Amino acid sequence: MAGSNDALPVRTGFLGWLNKRLPVDQFMRDQLTGYFAPKNFNFWYYFGVLSLVALVLQLVTGIFLTMHYKVGETTAFDSVEYIMREVPYGWLLRYMHSTGASFFFIVVYLHMFRAFLYGSYKAPRELLWLFGMFVYLALMAEAFMGYVLPWGNMSFWGAQVIVNLFGTIPVIGPGLVEWIRGDYGIADATLNRFFSLHVSAVPLVLLLLVALHLVALRQNGSNNPDGIEIKEKKGSDGKPLDGIPFHPYYTVKDLVGIGVFLVAFAVVVFFVPTFGGLFLEGPNFEPANALSTPEHIAPVQYFTPFYAILRAVPDQQIGALLMALSIICFIVVPWLDRSPVKSTRYRPLRWKLALAVFAVSFVALGYLGLKPADGLYVLLARIFTALYFAFFVLMPLYTRGESTSRVPERLTFPNH
Amino acid sequence: MQGRSMRGLMVLLAAFAVTGSVAASEAAGEHGEAAGVNWQEWTAGNEVTSTESLQRGAANFVNYCLACHSLKYMRYQRMADDLNISAEQLRGSLIPTDAKSSDYMLSSFPKADAEIWFGKQPPDLSLVARARGTDWVYRFLKGFYVDASRPTGTNNLALDGAAMPAVLSDLEGVKTAVFAEHAAAGGTHAGKAVERFEMVAHGRLKPEEFDGFVRDTVNFLDYVGEPAQVQRRSIGLWAVLFLLVFTAFAWMLKKEYWKDVR
Repeated sequence: MAGSNDALPVRTGFLGWLNKRLPVDQFMRDQLTGYFAPKNFNFWYYFGVLSLVALVLQLVTGIFLTMHYKVGETTAFDSVEYIMREVPYGWLLRYMHSTGASFFFIVVYLHMFRAFLYGSYKAPRELLWLFGMFVYLALMAEAFMGYVLPWGNMSFWGAQVIVNLFGTIPVIGPGLVEWIRGDYGIADATLNRFFSLHVSAVPLVLLLLVALHLVALRQNGSNNPDGIEIKEKKGSDGKPLDGIPFHPYYTVKDLVGIGVFLVAFAVVVFFVPTFGGLFLEGPNFEPANALSTPEHIAPVQYFTPFYAILRAVPDQQIGALLMALSIICFIVVPWLDRSPVKSTRYRPLRWKLALAVFAVSFVALGYLGLKPADGLYVLLARIFTALYFAFFVLMPLYTRGESTSRVPERLTFPNH
Repeated sequence: MQGRSMRGLMVLLAAFAVTGSVAASEAAGEHGEAAGVNWQEWTAGNEVTSTESLQRGAANFVNYCLACHSLKYMRYQRMADDLNISAEQLRGSLIPTDAKSSDYMLSSFPKADAEIWFGKQPPDLSLVARARGTDWVYRFLKGFYVDASRPTGTNNLALDGAAMPAVLSDLEGVKTAVFAEHAAAGGTHAGKAVERFEMVAHGRLKPEEFDGFVRDTVNFLDYVGEPAQVQRRSIGLWAVLFLLVFTAFAWMLKKEYWKDVR
């Protein structure tokens, strides 16, 4: 096995010339063959690399879509249909991009849940978590603005609802909304700036944050299902006893995960691209129309948990505040969780229960966000909103002085 | 020990999920099952891979709909290519004499007159099957009934107050709807509860023939909504097969490499 202290191969000819000018071998050694990862990664550890796959899919399909999409309130909708009908395989590009957005969020949510399961946000990885959260925020902005671009009726009214949320901010709200829209309503100016932000500014920020996320990951190495630092147990050769080189072990393992992901992705793209209205909504096949409001406005599936929280409160201002808080909660988790133990495996039932309640609340809110806000749905949304916030707000209390079980010295491998 | 408690967590999650879905399905409620004509449940049941049905649907559309409704994203030639329609057939019966086969399928209906006659312009139907669903289009085409209070003399079950007259009545005949005494419970989306239809005048087609006519037409609109859909599914089969084989090889590669990890 190679290690980060191992000598680099002696190169002659072109590779020698290249390595003298660019640290190719050094990079391979430091980041791949000599980078040691815990050997007990399980199912949950696929979602990091899958997020990266989704990001690349979105960037590549997005570049080609941009070649044919025509921004502007009179051209946008038609150009999307042009892509769907007359651009060779344009339908494939469009479905890959729309399905990719949904899959991106699904894998990111699972990736985040993994952090809760194994305490990946705890010291020394708080900044890693923070960068991840900023990636998530940038992703939300990116997805929202992308959703407006086809200029369908749901794009239009969704933009109306979301942008108006900023209007609930005291004092500056109304001015802020106007500044965001660039007009007195959602209009051509709004569409143009969203396009600009969607294809240039936000992707650049996103890539920078992803890079920082990866650098912060490499600084301390990955956490693992046991929540043990493998660097603390090194062999005589200075290599972690429970670590294996990232390449080839995790590159081939991730290849399997990517394969499974792509199978699921292809099934949706080719057979159920609208996913019963969850990934592409019916009303969005009608052009934006300021005079005709869709029967009920629901955002795309990945935003529905927060949308349900917004609507659970009768007062729009407080609803918007809670919605913002529900996202901010994630950011401060490393400082809310007081347990000395990382992995749920060694944490008490109390924590497991709290985590389960949170997971169920999140999914339930996601479901309720798709439903009309009346009757039992609102009541349920309120209950789950309360549970959602209880998970975060009470966390310092129920995680303090946890009666944890003994964390083993070395990794459990193979699992069970 | 810890394995068991992890399983405990999973069981707990599953239990919560089940409770949640039960509560949700209760919340969704039951729609009132109206005795009589359950038109709200009518489904198009169209088969978009059936080229013959699509050809009939195309002819139906050109003869009965295109006078008023455009398909502004659809070219005649694309339709002919996709539906195996020969140049002679296209020229002979489907395309206006002054149009080129590369033209979009546009109605020549005067828009200004439409505003005066119907109060609105007949909408473009390129995406109607995608926006509203094929079942809705089917219910709409079969949902006309006599209503003297409407300027057109008819109304529609799927679209109350429809501006469109019952243009298919020479095929279907003319029917009145007998509505249930008490409107069935169940929200505004449920629509009117119909006890039965009564034929006032018979059309040129038998009921089952008219049903076939409507299904073909809906099928054609389904195709027009997404012309690539048949191609999409056939490519998809190969794409998924390839990815499955790729994944199998990746898995074997992983097995081989991981043999020596203990």
